[in-house]
Amino acid sequence: MDDEPIVRWYWIGDHLGYLGHLLADHAVIALLPVLIGLLLAVPLGLACARFPRLYQPLSAVFNIVYALPSLAVFVVLIPYTGLATQATVMIPLTFYALAVLLPTTVDGLRAVPDAVRQAATAMGYGPWHRLTSVELPAAVPYLIAGLRVAAVSSISLASVGALVGRGGLGYLFIDGFQRTFPTPIVAGIVLIAALALAVDVVLVVARRLLAPWAVREKGAGS
Amino acid sequence: MNWWNWLSDFFTSPDHRSGPDSILHRVSEHLLFSGEALLFATLLAVPLGLLIGYTGRGVTLVTAFAGAARALPTLGLVTLAVLLAGVGDTAVLIPLVALAAPPLLVAAVEGVRGTDPDVRDAARGIGLTHPQVLWQVCLPSAAPTLLAGFRTATVQVIATATVAAYVGLGGLGRYVMDGLATRQYAVTVGGALLVVLLAVAAQLFFSLLARFALPAGVRAQQRAH
Repeated sequence: MDDEPIVRWYWIGDHLGYLGHLLADHAVIALLPVLIGLLLAVPLGLACARFPRLYQPLSAVFNIVYALPSLAVFVVLIPYTGLATQATVMIPLTFYALAVLLPTTVDGLRAVPDAVRQAATAMGYGPWHRLTSVELPAAVPYLIAGLRVAAVSSISLASVGALVGRGGLGYLFIDGFQRTFPTPIVAGIVLIAALALAVDVVLVVARRLLAPWAVREKGAGS
Repeated sequence: MNWWNWLSDFFTSPDHRSGPDSILHRVSEHLLFSGEALLFATLLAVPLGLLIGYTGRGVTLVTAFAGAARALPTLGLVTLAVLLAGVGDTAVLIPLVALAAPPLLVAAVEGVRGTDPDVRDAARGIGLTHPQVLWQVCLPSAAPTLLAGFRTATVQVIATATVAAYVGLGGLGRYVMDGLATRQYAVTVGGALLVVLLAVAAQLFFSLLARFALPAGVRAQQRAH
């Protein structure tokens, strides 16, 4: 390690294709669970907003889920889902995403003022129509705020999957550590941060497109 | 695949009762890492966060920084720190501090900024200096937010300190990694279970703290809402 530089640029140049492959794998492993988490969080959140009694126990359960160490969960799943499979890493990540997204969804649905809800009903909106054109759009800024947190943590957590054989860019950490060669580790950290940043930018743009009023209100308020 | 047998094997094994690989020793190692990391993170992040929240300067920068720090993979930081600094406490502390500091920083900033501006003005009006306002008015009113930040940071640090074992350090991750390496499933699962128990205990501890240890005025205000 004494005369080994932190980054050997030629290694990166030689391995661009490999890095790209790991990056793509990482994106799938980390982001598909967030998407599935979102698809689960919306109906669950609707149920919780309608039946507040359901929300208390569910949020307690997800508080505990969020406390579970990812490595431990991966390991416990191996006998069921297999070593080095995507499922072993993606199933826990889905639950972590859900643990972040469920409270934000419920907050978003609760944030619709009663007057707005009643106005929609008075205008002749049925429950379904009111949900899709009033309540869900109003929850979009909250959902996107939750998605930003969930996506960033999922991207960072997925690398731990490398310890059970499937962690996308996380593999670079194992590789670099075993060879006492820091270049892949640095490349992995930078690519993971870049992926997180790119996803964050996409989500911020999505919020501007889907909920332009939220940006305006924030600007007017502060 | 019998969970009960696994766990009773794990907890009754003589190796796990005394000596360097005993459960008590591993738990105390784990808590020591986590505690040190939280202490350093607190010393770094909380004063800075209180100051930024009070002056309102650099809030956007701090929020962006904290978001970016969340993206840093702990496993990458641990392996890199070991290669650069050698196997030792520093190698675990740096990544864990990097993990714990952002939520604490954000909590301190948000907590102080959440203080009712009228209350702050009133405190100034009755002649309190800025440090007094920060210490006597803003800090107590930030306490619930700060406590929530501490809870997040503690739970994350306890859960993540497991990764330290990968680079040859102790703590409960030792069981998880060693069990995996020697295909002794009981050891891995036992270690994982202990981490979960510690994390849940930390959560409970902070919930109780939030219920009983907050300043009386803050609790009264929370009840009123």
